[in-house]
Amino acid sequence: MKNKLLEWVDERFPLTKTFNEHLAHYYVPKNFNMWYFFGSLAIMMLVIQIVSGIFLTMNYKPDGAAAFGSVEYIMRDVEWGWLIRYMHSTGASFFFIVIYLHMFRGLLYGSYKKPRELVWMIGVGIFLLLMAEAFMGYLLPWGQMSYWGAQVIISLFGAVPFIGPDLALWIRGDFVVADATLNRFFAFHVIAAPLVLLGLVVVHITALHEVGSNNPDGVDIKKDKDANGIPLDGIPFHPYYTVKDAFGASLFLIFFCIVMFYWPEGGGFFIEAPNFVPADPLKTPDHIAPVWYFTPFYTILRAVPSIAGSPFPGVVAMGVSTLIFMLLPWLDRSPVKSIRYRSTTFKLWVAMFVVVFFILGFLGTKAPSPLYNVIGQICTVLYFAFFVCMPWYTKNEKCKPVPERVTDK
Amino acid sequence: MSDGVDHSKRRTLTIAAGAMGGVGGAFVAVPFVSSMLPSAKAQAAGAPVEVDVSRMEPGQRITTEWRGKPVWVVRRTKEQLEGLDKLVPLLRDPNSELPMQPDYTENAYRSIRDEYVVLVGICTHLGCSPTFRPEVAPADLGEEWLGGFFCPCHGSKFDLAGRVYNGAPAPKNLEVPRHKFISDSVILVGADDQGVA
Repeated sequence: MKNKLLEWVDERFPLTKTFNEHLAHYYVPKNFNMWYFFGSLAIMMLVIQIVSGIFLTMNYKPDGAAAFGSVEYIMRDVEWGWLIRYMHSTGASFFFIVIYLHMFRGLLYGSYKKPRELVWMIGVGIFLLLMAEAFMGYLLPWGQMSYWGAQVIISLFGAVPFIGPDLALWIRGDFVVADATLNRFFAFHVIAAPLVLLGLVVVHITALHEVGSNNPDGVDIKKDKDANGIPLDGIPFHPYYTVKDAFGASLFLIFFCIVMFYWPEGGGFFIEAPNFVPADPLKTPDHIAPVWYFTPFYTILRAVPSIAGSPFPGVVAMGVSTLIFMLLPWLDRSPVKSIRYRSTTFKLWVAMFVVVFFILGFLGTKAPSPLYNVIGQICTVLYFAFFVCMPWYTKNEKCKPVPERVTDK
Repeated sequence: MSDGVDHSKRRTLTIAAGAMGGVGGAFVAVPFVSSMLPSAKAQAAGAPVEVDVSRMEPGQRITTEWRGKPVWVVRRTKEQLEGLDKLVPLLRDPNSELPMQPDYTENAYRSIRDEYVVLVGICTHLGCSPTFRPEVAPADLGEEWLGGFFCPCHGSKFDLAGRVYNGAPAPKNLEVPRHKFISDSVILVGADDQGVA
């Protein structure tokens, strides 16, 4: 009966074929480690955000006069509303933790290199769109931090030469961030951005399955195949990695739940204290800072001084600091993919980059001070140096010999 | 190779059809793009507002709302006005040369009447609203501080005429909106004798 039904479907829709192509007969290197959890975890986070988001919209009101109250209503009066809301707010931060680790994995094992350039670039596109999605979502609770965060970021567009002020006016739909802005951000946050995001995820995975996964040794498993054309170092994604990823997901969810239940504000990093005060267009909070996942880029924005009375250079620097990831496949000129076999020089640069990224992130949460400004400027220079100098320190890099087959370290 | 097909004609028609479609697409985009501009209601809400300054004490600041933005009126004391002259070397644009004010306030105190200054309370850096810090030489702002506005977002400093300090991230002085006295004690913000802003 079951087979008959499947046959009936298969004659009309490539169900078994698709399942095999992407899961049961999709061969993946057998030497994946912990770092490889974060791809599937990112998909899980996307699902959590979409589901919790749908249920939030059932009670949320995208209206300047009602938004703040409706969030408090969800928190206090809606059955389990607090859980759904905390799931969504904690989920946003965890989504970024997962994405940052996922990207760092790519950096460690050279997953952006030929033939995976497009996989990487689409991934950077997803990262950028995710930042837009998170930024627009952050306005919706209509608290003080929501309001003034949006005010600052939209003002960035106002710094664009010539068209800036009109552009900012067009984005806000009013002379300041107002009801019109909230309404359109709601539209983009719940429909436009998620729709494109889902599409990009499909394209990301399609491109990945076309070229196959990289692995911690950076060895091409398609070189050594058995008589049936199956890579000797490959195992089918299902059941091997579905089981492994399910295990990773359960560990991750334990951690996620602990934060969601006991520490949902994340010490003021996941939900910032001023956001418990309704938006007041006439009064900026004493200290405003973006949510933690934006702070490294925010520090870069602050670090670059104005030129000829325009903050535009800082805006450009911030934009470039995110877009520059796109160029990584061409900046890195070493033929060796995995950091396991790369030079100490490269390892030191990567270590420096990680430290600088954390310092930039820390500074972005702090009020400006002369000392912090100088540190921020030094770190901004080092941040860009990591990318700009890459062609030189990776060219003629002294790498260790790469093994022919994957290792089981 | 041609199989009786006129490739050049086909290419011309493809390009022509594509171009027409593109033009049509651009026209269709107009209503969508325009719908995001401020609506008639938002523009009407941006009408001029009257501010009654009759009950202001010297040294006091009041905040009103115009176009959803905070607008400050500060009634400056004699000492504060004298302080403004002393600050000149510390300022980026002490003589208000950049077009951040109507021409009738292009003077040392950036005001129509010396005492009363009207400012849009939005930092010219990235749009935060600076805090009013009228005290002289507080611990956090230094010995030279003679009162003014401090932006908590990125640390820009302005004096009591809204003039920006050197070295601040904000590039320009605070905006003075178009305004006029419609009586001795009432200021109209957002309009002047030359019309509505």
